[in-house]
Amino acid sequence: MRVKIFVYLKDGVLDPQGKAVERSLHALGYKEVQDVRMGKYLEVELDAPSRQAAEERIREMCDKLLANPVIEDYRFEIEE
Amino acid sequence: MRWGVIVFPGSCDEQDVYDCLKNNLRQKVDFLWHKDPLAGKFDCIVLPGGFSYGDYLRSGAMARFSPIMKGVVEFAQKGGLVLGICNGFQILCEAGLLPGALTRNASLQFICRRVFVRLEETDTPFTCAGKKGQLLKLPIKHGEGCYYADPTTLERLHKNRQILVRYVDAKGRTTPAADPNGSLDHIAGVCNEGRNVFGLMPHPEDAGEKILGGEDGLKIFSSVIEACDKRGKRAWLD
Repeated sequence: MRVKIFVYLKDGVLDPQGKAVERSLHALGYKEVQDVRMGKYLEVELDAPSRQAAEERIREMCDKLLANPVIEDYRFEIEE
Repeated sequence: MRWGVIVFPGSCDEQDVYDCLKNNLRQKVDFLWHKDPLAGKFDCIVLPGGFSYGDYLRSGAMARFSPIMKGVVEFAQKGGLVLGICNGFQILCEAGLLPGALTRNASLQFICRRVFVRLEETDTPFTCAGKKGQLLKLPIKHGEGCYYADPTTLERLHKNRQILVRYVDAKGRTTPAADPNGSLDHIAGVCNEGRNVFGLMPHPEDAGEKILGGEDGLKIFSSVIEACDKRGKRAWLD
């Protein structure tokens, strides 16, 4: 199955890249933009006996390596 | 005493640390390859600056899983001295040996210049040769040096006096302009609760002789030498 993983900075952690993009969008006239937060997107192809087993493994991968729990949160979607 | 300097793929300041210790301070130093287990008698292990594993994913995220790191964690747990400089600081945070994390500089720019840091605590093996409040002029060269910790962790850092160096101006004041990378509370370096693991963003090894613009960095290394002399010649790891 294919898993789409999103890793992003926690609320309260400074995101200077997001701020820079926000300023650029404002400069282009998109005044309605309120806030931009930037993150990472990963796609992982993996074998797992069940959806639940895949979820467990992915959570472990995120906690161990893909996200730093001090500054980042994550969520993921599984496609079968 | 004997120093070990770990070389990760992508480290680039290991030679600077080696030269500073060997030539300026006449120390015994060995390079340690990240794939080898940590073996031999060492008093202080240094994780140098650079871009281990190309800084892929996050700075230090992959290096913390290098084979040698298991030994470094055990060495630290036994009370061995571990010093992380720049990328080494990032690796120690990722490995959970130090609290907090280093994130992208607030300015988004890579910064390479000399800054002043103030010694906040001197009751550690890394700062004991200095005086409280003393200023050190040290170079920084990093893109991700903005220190972050959640409010509870920050409170604990204050309570246990784990903030060892802060960014200040030439007069020793923590003005907003003196914080080069947006670090929380001007934090340039912290130690663990046991005070035997220390990480900092500035590079003491690049301020080890006058020809390089100053020798304030020697204060950090000579503190370690003094601390090891005081507790006898015994090495921490057999």
